[in-house]
Amino acid sequence: MSSQLIFFILAALSIMSALFVVFSKNPIYSVIWLIVCFFSIAGHYIMLNAQFLAIVHIIVYAGAIMVLMLFTVMLLNLNKATEPHKPMLYKLAAMISGGLMLLVLLASMRSTALGAYASPAYTESGYVQNVGMVLFTEFLLPFEMTSVLFIAAMIGAVVLAKKEVH
Amino acid sequence: MIQANPQNWYLVLSTILFSIGVMGVLMRRNALIILMCIELMLNSVNLLLVSFSAYAGNSEGQVFVFFIMVVAAAEVAVGLALLVSIYRNLATTDIDVLSKLKW
Repeated sequence: MSSQLIFFILAALSIMSALFVVFSKNPIYSVIWLIVCFFSIAGHYIMLNAQFLAIVHIIVYAGAIMVLMLFTVMLLNLNKATEPHKPMLYKLAAMISGGLMLLVLLASMRSTALGAYASPAYTESGYVQNVGMVLFTEFLLPFEMTSVLFIAAMIGAVVLAKKEVH
Repeated sequence: MIQANPQNWYLVLSTILFSIGVMGVLMRRNALIILMCIELMLNSVNLLLVSFSAYAGNSEGQVFVFFIMVVAAAEVAVGLALLVSIYRNLATTDIDVLSKLKW
């Protein structure tokens, strides 16, 4: 069962790198582990036969967002472990509440009845043609609205990051 | 021939990733790492949406993931601009220092 093996390898990689993002002391290492996590999630998308989203995911996240994050880390000179430690009690409380949330979500998922879906290997829902058809017919107006959102975000980022010290 | 994995596996995987993101938001004090953990949570939800879309044979979930990516990119741009501005004024990104809006 090669696809199961690939799934488990990718799942182990993504969970491990996500844990390293949270637990590494140096912000640079966190960013790099997050890039590894994003690539493994792109691998999951390819396993789910969603090639278009896998490529877009790599371009947007690994190409744009993480470069922006790395620039910020280096610009702010955060590339050393300067973060003062929270008390052990806080860390323990954070771990316990995260674990409890995981437990509640998994327990609620156990009683979920999933429909009898087709195998993703044979669906063509992730192909560029099908995604593009849905995107430019049903979701044309939201697609155009995202350009307004981007303009607003761009102007907002420029205004916020302008050099002025209060 | 590709054998399909059960969809439950994807549900469990994205739940685990989301919980790791929540844990990071609660645990870390560096605002940049909190932003990264939020990205992690968004990605786990994306994975769940893609898996539902693929198993249902319906492209609309993938269009939603596309829009979530757009929102995430805008959020990161504004968030990092805020962070740079905060760092210029206070010379720190520690969230425990930024407590003026707390009451």
